[in-house]
Amino acid sequence: MNVRFASATARRIVTQLRHDRRTVAMMILVPSLLLILLRYVFNSEQAFSAAAPALLAVFPFAIMFIVTSITTLRERTTATLERLMTLPIGKLDLLVGYMIAFGLVAIVQVLVAAAISLTWLGLEITGSVWMLLVIAVLDALLGTALGLLASAFARTEFQAVQFMPAIVMPQVLLCGLFAPRDSMTPALEWLSNVMPLSYAVDALDSVTRSAEIDGTLVRNLLIVAGCVVLALVLGSATLRRRTP
Amino acid sequence: MTNYAISVSGLRVRRGPREVLRDVSFSVPVGSVTGLLGPSGCGKTTLMRSVVGVQIVAGGEVTVLGEPAGSPRLRDRIGYATQNPSVYADLTVRESLRYFAAIVRAPRGDVDRVIGEVGLGTHADHLVGELSGGQLSRASLAVALLGRPRLLVLDEPTVGLDPVLREELWDLFGRLAGQGVTLLISSHVMDEAARCGRLLLMREGRILADDTPDALRARTGTDDLEQAFLRLVREEEAS
Repeated sequence: MNVRFASATARRIVTQLRHDRRTVAMMILVPSLLLILLRYVFNSEQAFSAAAPALLAVFPFAIMFIVTSITTLRERTTATLERLMTLPIGKLDLLVGYMIAFGLVAIVQVLVAAAISLTWLGLEITGSVWMLLVIAVLDALLGTALGLLASAFARTEFQAVQFMPAIVMPQVLLCGLFAPRDSMTPALEWLSNVMPLSYAVDALDSVTRSAEIDGTLVRNLLIVAGCVVLALVLGSATLRRRTP
Repeated sequence: MTNYAISVSGLRVRRGPREVLRDVSFSVPVGSVTGLLGPSGCGKTTLMRSVVGVQIVAGGEVTVLGEPAGSPRLRDRIGYATQNPSVYADLTVRESLRYFAAIVRAPRGDVDRVIGEVGLGTHADHLVGELSGGQLSRASLAVALLGRPRLLVLDEPTVGLDPVLREELWDLFGRLAGQGVTLLISSHVMDEAARCGRLLLMREGRILADDTPDALRARTGTDDLEQAFLRLVREEEAS
């Protein structure tokens, strides 16, 4: 890994985003607006407090997935990737550059959503706010890494957009947000056990309920981080210097 | 040390059932401007992709600057401009160049140098996506010039340019060759062929001729290179 190449790539992507203010505004504000909407749909701080932590994981995950898969698909289908593959930059440098850039956007996104939830919307958490932020950013990185990987299997932007319901929605349905995971039928519970988002939501739940950082929490975080690395390594394998 | 910047022997490339390059062999001397000419779809781009090492090949050997094509040591010694302009549409010309300059470890000041060389000084801070077709291909060409590569592989760099700009670019190519840079430039416009030191004429995945413009004119008995090309095609069809 070359740090200079990765940071140059991150800077390039952030600059690209800076020229597209509308996309940035939507990435940062849409999760917060949805949380505000949800708060008044429930019309109860208690019900909101039960669902909001999981959503703080789901929104950054879903949004980063879709933004990253489109951006990388664009790089793959325009000639810029072909040009980069003739230059000294490594595949991992490029992917890490993407992770840094979208990770930074995710931090802002989560900070705004968490601040609004904790102050205005009455979300109460027992654990540390910092832990909440760490988990939410980790989720955003998971979305980014899976988006990078998914873009390899899409040939058009239409296909890439549809990976969102295909890959993100099952994880949202099975992560414990709609029904407790241990109440699902064994097949579904097994499925929810192999989906990384489930561990992120579990981790957020425990931060909401207790101030203690126990072994389960650490294990859950390691699983999510491991999935990020795995998706990144697989994504790097899908970038080819030589193509047919 | 070889005095060929590129030597290709028995190169074959298949795409599906079709053989896109059929037993292609040629050499490009160091410091020359070599034109790769032929109709659209004859395999020029595939040949250039093989030279820069991004093409999966079915057989044959491609040696570039003394190394097998695609070897990591070549990556900061070759400048490649793809046919579709490969610059980021949502960056300004300067921002785009700054990124690629960091990737090829070009010295400070290189960005301004290449902007000047392709004549984009007045558009350096415009978004790439808002440039005209000719400006866009010059922005893409500028990237290939970063870091002063020893070999330039340029896929149709003068498409859509007005005659004045075209003339300026060919002057630039000549100056670069004078500094010992080797240039392989594809075109489907025959009137550019006269500006090249050597010509590779391609048709249907084969090299029809590999010679200097003068030798081609002499061999085919015509002053017009377009006519020369047609005669070679007929010769090949007759045999």
